[in-house]
Amino acid sequence: MSADMSKHLTLHTSETVAENRVEPNFVKPYGDTMNDGRVQLSFTLPVALDENAKEAARQLALEMGFDEPAVVHAEDMGQGFSFYVLYGQCKHRVDLSRIKVAKPEFETLDKDAINALIAEKMGRKMVVVGACIETDAHTVGIDAIMNMKGYNGHKGLESYHEVRAINMGAQVDSEELVARAIEEQADVILVSQVVTQKNIHLDNLTRLSDLLEAEGIRDRVILVVGGPRISHELAKELGYDAGFGTKSYAEDVASFAINEWIKRHTA
Amino acid sequence: MSQLNLDQGQIDRARESARRIAHRVFDDMSQYTTTTVERATLRLMGVDGVDDNQIPLPNRLVAHLQEQKLLAHGAASVVAGAMAEHALTAQQVAEAVAAGKLVLARPKHDKAARQSAEAIAAKMCEHIAAQRAVRSQQIDKVGEARTPWLYLIVATGNIFEDIVQARAAAEQGADIVAVIRSTGQSLLDYVPYGATTEGFGGTYATQENFRLMRAALDEVGAKIGRYIRLTNYCSGLCMPEIAAMGAMERLDMMLNDSMYGIIFRDINMKRTFIDQFFSRMVNAYAGIIINTGEDNYLTTADAFDAAHTVLASQLINEQFAYISGLKPDQMGLGHAFEINPDLENGFLWEVAHAQLVRQVFPEACLKYMPPTKHMTGNIFRGHIQDALFNVVSTLTGQNIHLLGMMTEAIHTPFIQDRFLAIQNAKYVFGTMRDLHDEVEFKAGGRIESRAQQVLAETVGILADIEKIGLPAAIGRGTFADISRTMDGGKGLDGVIAKSPDYYNPFPDLMLAGAN
Repeated sequence: MSADMSKHLTLHTSETVAENRVEPNFVKPYGDTMNDGRVQLSFTLPVALDENAKEAARQLALEMGFDEPAVVHAEDMGQGFSFYVLYGQCKHRVDLSRIKVAKPEFETLDKDAINALIAEKMGRKMVVVGACIETDAHTVGIDAIMNMKGYNGHKGLESYHEVRAINMGAQVDSEELVARAIEEQADVILVSQVVTQKNIHLDNLTRLSDLLEAEGIRDRVILVVGGPRISHELAKELGYDAGFGTKSYAEDVASFAINEWIKRHTA
Repeated sequence: MSQLNLDQGQIDRARESARRIAHRVFDDMSQYTTTTVERATLRLMGVDGVDDNQIPLPNRLVAHLQEQKLLAHGAASVVAGAMAEHALTAQQVAEAVAAGKLVLARPKHDKAARQSAEAIAAKMCEHIAAQRAVRSQQIDKVGEARTPWLYLIVATGNIFEDIVQARAAAEQGADIVAVIRSTGQSLLDYVPYGATTEGFGGTYATQENFRLMRAALDEVGAKIGRYIRLTNYCSGLCMPEIAAMGAMERLDMMLNDSMYGIIFRDINMKRTFIDQFFSRMVNAYAGIIINTGEDNYLTTADAFDAAHTVLASQLINEQFAYISGLKPDQMGLGHAFEINPDLENGFLWEVAHAQLVRQVFPEACLKYMPPTKHMTGNIFRGHIQDALFNVVSTLTGQNIHLLGMMTEAIHTPFIQDRFLAIQNAKYVFGTMRDLHDEVEFKAGGRIESRAQQVLAETVGILADIEKIGLPAAIGRGTFADISRTMDGGKGLDGVIAKSPDYYNPFPDLMLAGAN
């Protein structure tokens, strides 16, 4: 089945290339020789360790699309579980020339330029309400963007004199966040989701976006989400205006926000 | 390991400041009780269960006492009076009140009511003392691990699944199992009832869940020849009730900080100070080791810059603990390995901080927390960060060692994450078992100087806090860079001024009997 799929992908790729006249640029994992496809992998099987379990681990890697998989480590974990480390060669390749990841389109400005732009275009402070919503108790992300101190030498939004930054902290109900956003007449709602269990962060984020729709204020706010497992593409899919992953700082978020505000208010 | 050269005079000054800080708060708060202190009192007198709407009967009874304007006298003597008058048990009084069949009033014979309340309380104290004895017997019989004890978390959101994971964790090497409760329980003003199979990031702390997990850990402990300690959260709006449930069901540890709820859950200051006193008193009597939450400061404040706030808070927590009757070996004072890994010599400063805490609290059951703030998706680096944390823990003789997970920044642990974390810790603890005996700190060296600096800063900050009082200091954002006010936060409506004849039988019995 995996072989069929890869054939299909290849056909599809060559058609697109013909249309766009772009040179394909195939890429696959690298170990020590170009195109060797070497990959490391580890997982647990819910069975005690024996030779059959080890062979099952190897065959699973085959099914995953690895050539010549090798179980380099297998260990019993007790209570009917076993742990495996494998190496294999990835069969698949991907055409980089066909990939275009969605990114929020704006230029990241520095703090002074952002303050100046807000003062000029808005003529008042930009109100940003931030929270780590629902089940998530990890404030690392929201604090890094919002608190005075910021992160890694990048000051947070509290330090921007043209921004009124309200950090509601962790485990904030979506209802509570929406109520506060209405009360403060927020221009921007900033949500952080750091640690997730069984992809609960997706439910949390959808719930917030639905709630804003229901309250009829979705169009009035710029809705931004950040977190290690968030991409801009995922954010757009969930109905957000932008998403920021790791290595994003307050100036990235603020630049996007003022840019988006100007876009909406000049259109 | 040879000790760091620290100025004992400074340590004594810091401790004296902390003592005065804590006593001032205690004196200011002793004129109040809270709804949850009274509910805990009723639970300890035998009230349990829920009504048809799943509202716990202790809540129903306390709400009734509030309506009748009786709560300021204390629930114990009013309920004991009703028991005598109507020949009912405490549970039957609660049921009758909840059914609307009984309206409570001041006892006709107040002295007799107090005496019978005291007799009921003494019986419960006997039960708790017996549970304490069972713990000692079990430890004698099956043995216990050497420190640092490996502390592992289970958090499936279903108590029965938690039991499976806890058993696996114990078999893999955990010495302490902490059952994480559901997100948001700290803000519930009641304790849910019965076995629970739902919740996010954990399932509810209930008395039945405590009982189920205790039984499972006793069983696995007997099998593997090691007493497995059970931990839960004794924080939030129901601290005293959770302490009461834990004491009855033989939990071994409780996360029970004097200020955590104020700072991190925005629970009202008065409420927390009153509740922490009662809950810690119960924990003390039950032989439970409390864990304090200073590690949390370092997830918001910088671990290097704010090191002295950790020590200052530990000293305050220690004094509050003494007031509640806790002994040093019941004090799991918390701290953490959270210095930015990019900081040059950061490892030296971690050693300095951990050794400083060890020496300031030589008898405490210190709780050392792994890196979280600077953990990233790079699990390979994360595994090394955890290994370095393990080194500091064994080198400085920490007692409770919360295992670091290389997937900390990604998801709640998978089974292999836990497995590899235990392997990591056991490897480091084994291969470096006696390293602490072999190395000495260089006199006047970087580590010693750093520890001296943090101690000096601690003396300074405690003197400042003493000047303005703890509530004002919290108002200034002294801890974790978070500011709270005396009348802000949740739960203030549950703070009740005691009337002059307020009565509660437990403080006299428990503070005298904790040993």
